[in-house]
Amino acid sequence: MNDFWTATILVATVASGIRLATPFLLASLGEALGQRSGVLNLGVDGVMLLGAFGAYYAVLKTNNLLLGVAVGVLLGALLGLFYAFITVNLRAQQGISGIGIYLFGLGMSDLLFQKLVGTPRPIMPFAIVRFPVLSDIPVIGEMFFDHSLIVYVAFLLVPLFTFIINRTTYGMNVRAIGENPEAADSLGVSVGRVRYSALIIGNSLAGLAGAALAIELGIFQQNLTNAMGFIAIALVYFGAWRPIGVMAGSLVFGLVASIVLQCKTLGIIPRSASDLAAMAPAVITVLALVVVANRFRQPAALTKPYIRGQ
Amino acid sequence: MSPEVNRVNHFKANLIRIVIPACAVVSALLLGAVMLGTLGANPLSGYVTMFSAAFGNLEGLANTAVKSIPLLLVGIGICIAFRSSVINIGGEGQMVVGALLASVTALAAPDLPSVVFIPLVLTVGFAGGAVWGAIPGALKAYFNVSEILSTIMLNIVAVQIMNFMLRGPMIDPEEVARGTRIPQTARLPENTDLPMLLDGLRVHLGFLIALLAAVAVWVLLWRTALGFRLRSVGLSRDAARYAGIPVKRSIITALAFSGAMAGLAGAILVFGSESHRMVTDGSSTGFTGSAGFNGIVVALFAGLHPLWSIPSALLFGGMLVGANALQRALQVPSALIIALNGLIVVFVVSSEYFRQRVQRGREVAQTLDEPAAGVAAGADPQLERVVE
Amino acid sequence: MSKSGFYKMIGVLLVLAFCLAPAGAWAGKALKIAIVAPSASNDLAFTQSIVDGIKAVQKERTIELAVTDGTFIVEDAAAAIRDYAQKGFDLVIAHGSQYGGSLKEIAKDFPKTAFAWGTSADTFGLPNVSSYEAASDEGGYVMGVMAAALSKKGGVGVVGPIEVGDAKLFVDGFVAGAKAQKAGIRANVNYIGSFSDVALAAEAARAHMATGADVLTGTAQMVVGAIGAARSRRVAWFGTQANQTELAPEIVVACQVYKWEVILRKILADLDSGVLGGKKYAITLANNGLVIEFNDAYKLPAGVKQAGLDAVAAIKSGKIKPLR
Repeated sequence: MNDFWTATILVATVASGIRLATPFLLASLGEALGQRSGVLNLGVDGVMLLGAFGAYYAVLKTNNLLLGVAVGVLLGALLGLFYAFITVNLRAQQGISGIGIYLFGLGMSDLLFQKLVGTPRPIMPFAIVRFPVLSDIPVIGEMFFDHSLIVYVAFLLVPLFTFIINRTTYGMNVRAIGENPEAADSLGVSVGRVRYSALIIGNSLAGLAGAALAIELGIFQQNLTNAMGFIAIALVYFGAWRPIGVMAGSLVFGLVASIVLQCKTLGIIPRSASDLAAMAPAVITVLALVVVANRFRQPAALTKPYIRGQ
Repeated sequence: MSPEVNRVNHFKANLIRIVIPACAVVSALLLGAVMLGTLGANPLSGYVTMFSAAFGNLEGLANTAVKSIPLLLVGIGICIAFRSSVINIGGEGQMVVGALLASVTALAAPDLPSVVFIPLVLTVGFAGGAVWGAIPGALKAYFNVSEILSTIMLNIVAVQIMNFMLRGPMIDPEEVARGTRIPQTARLPENTDLPMLLDGLRVHLGFLIALLAAVAVWVLLWRTALGFRLRSVGLSRDAARYAGIPVKRSIITALAFSGAMAGLAGAILVFGSESHRMVTDGSSTGFTGSAGFNGIVVALFAGLHPLWSIPSALLFGGMLVGANALQRALQVPSALIIALNGLIVVFVVSSEYFRQRVQRGREVAQTLDEPAAGVAAGADPQLERVVE
Repeated sequence: MSKSGFYKMIGVLLVLAFCLAPAGAWAGKALKIAIVAPSASNDLAFTQSIVDGIKAVQKERTIELAVTDGTFIVEDAAAAIRDYAQKGFDLVIAHGSQYGGSLKEIAKDFPKTAFAWGTSADTFGLPNVSSYEAASDEGGYVMGVMAAALSKKGGVGVVGPIEVGDAKLFVDGFVAGAKAQKAGIRANVNYIGSFSDVALAAEAARAHMATGADVLTGTAQMVVGAIGAARSRRVAWFGTQANQTELAPEIVVACQVYKWEVILRKILADLDSGVLGGKKYAITLANNGLVIEFNDAYKLPAGVKQAGLDAVAAIKSGKIKPLR
């Protein structure tokens, strides 16, 4: 056990937890925005997979990371547009159409990979971005300022989203529509337009999460995300629909996973119990939720299509 | 309005209810044809291959029937949960836990005659799934924990329990002796093998059980007081509470029943398997074939109706069988079918909007005792409130 | 419909009849072989090794090959095995230890069909089942020796899937080799609990590097993630099952490559003489079924390479038995 409490290991474990948390954070921030506007999207995992494949394929062909990220975001935005059309205009049942999107993304990304690439071919991963002064601080620097650009972007989005949701007119509209679309509508806010934008932005982030995952790993394969998107949805509930809460949830999930991994590596957890240890993030998330669930309420209009005059 | 006119109207309403989702399925299949064409396969021969493999001969039909068993069982479990306005995404975990407990029982019990042994192990599987479903139910009822979150997390937990059990306490002693340590149980007692229904075909008793379970769930939901309570809670929790229905207990009951069906599916997967053992490749999919998720699609496609779930499960089971044939015959990755399933779900759910437009002005009475038939998922008002 | 068209319909994937020099009793008639495997046939790992093996044998005789890959769902694999047997394939290969339980039951129903199952050393006492395995502990040992010799920080790390079968053999061999080379070496093993979670494999590799491991290895198809992580820190990598050099040419030192054709030839020779199974086969360094392939682009110190070659020689001559 003493092995664990050395500075290098602790630093590495925290850094690893932050890395693991990043795709969850991006995807759940996007999902949180959509849910604040009253639309549930269970298809995050499918969007992530397509974003991941798009980004991977673009980088494989052009060696341009920025283009890869752009493709991932764009695919996410397109799926967001499509999902907005079926949930806002066609008023499709949300939980269910989300499962449809998930299956579509799961199958399509696998199909495209098999047909266009086939064998695992590595791509150039993100470079580590270090900052003068900050990155050189012992311990802190290595934990927090020794990551790829996408990690910083993800965490900077947290204050940005908090600001947008709480302090801007747009954010106010999103919240109003998620709570009481009739009232918002009567005040002249376009329910459809706001939900469209929230879903497009939200799914772009899911696409970005997929792109981040694929490029960070430098590889794509069938079901790359391993149901990460579903955990991201769970983390939205965990974080009580607030960006800061979502971040806390992602970090808890990422850190517990990295601690378990590190303990297994060091042999602190006996190999026979490693399966049991692997369930720790899930168990802790549920337990944490028991504590916080009673304090927060979900957006009142969540999953309800808006029909004027009803 | 004369009864005659009324009947005609009713007929028309039913027709629309079936025609429009059917159009949605056809358009999804047409998109699939475009995809097949893009992949360099002849779309027509692609579909012919698929459907003839799944429905074209007795063996294909038998494979389809077997493939549809877990889909149907999970699907009718989903009907119970969704009708009660609770979402159950935990089918995978419930299948695993049901299968594990049933296997433990089969290994530990003295060798009993089949007539006793099979009901015993299947009941244990049923009960195991019920427990794994009741946990998120209780968390929701008493701690207000979203069942979406807890069922997803309990899937993860169940998989790890399975890996632990099959690598440790439940491993085949021969695997330990040989040192190969394949994570699987010993061959389960022969008296737990599910008997084949027909000579020379691979359809086993599980199919019959699944059909009976579908009927039983229909009876439960529409012919018992418990079913009435569950559906009332599904329609409006507040109204149910005013009517004196114990809402919390109903939520737990709904998830427990839903999980129980999945647990039964898991047990049938084990005792009806070729190997007559429980084996893991480390993932839940390797065991369940994602039936815990696909069952949701089956139920939704059936309009959350247990009896409509039967043809729905056969259709999707057939598509899975056909997908494997497609892969072997035309080198089209079977992933295409997963993508196509996704499109079908989206299209069918969206088509509900057009059905409502066509029917606008028509009065369609829908009461608790007149459940929505047909295949449109959104056909039921309570679905609008499924997530809470 | 032509005969080959018919076979396509029933599921033959690759019809290859380029070679017109068949040998033995099957002369003139294509042997029909089917493979059922858990991952993709081009996974640069377990499944690719057996497909490459058959393709190598195809250069010597006429074989009609059908592959059902990606069948990680055990029941689907069982259905495919039964299907091929029913359709009259001469040899059905169940390439995955998790398929054994199913094969044991299916093979009884088709006494005239030959089955091969790996990796394992159990034929269930059935006369129509051959088993095959890889002595991957041997290559693991060799690479463990080289890894320990190469390590400057005194630590090597292993990323494994589940502690079972082929993976366990390789990992145990690697650790034994590393300890034999340097008694005080830290050889940490992390079984991540999954054959498919690439992201977790990558993070496990990083965890190893954090504990001071500067040489890594790993087995099963999810290691592509670990290789990527190792590559970004320029940490040396030893591969197994297939040649993984193209995944990261700058860090892959050497790979243990499976040459299943060595034993496939024997199984086919059995078939030619009318023996359907009942035999156990293993590829080893000694029978050239296992080959250590070095990556020429990696500048490996001559002394380290020599230590590896010495270990190969010692294992071949029987002087070293890695796990016995």
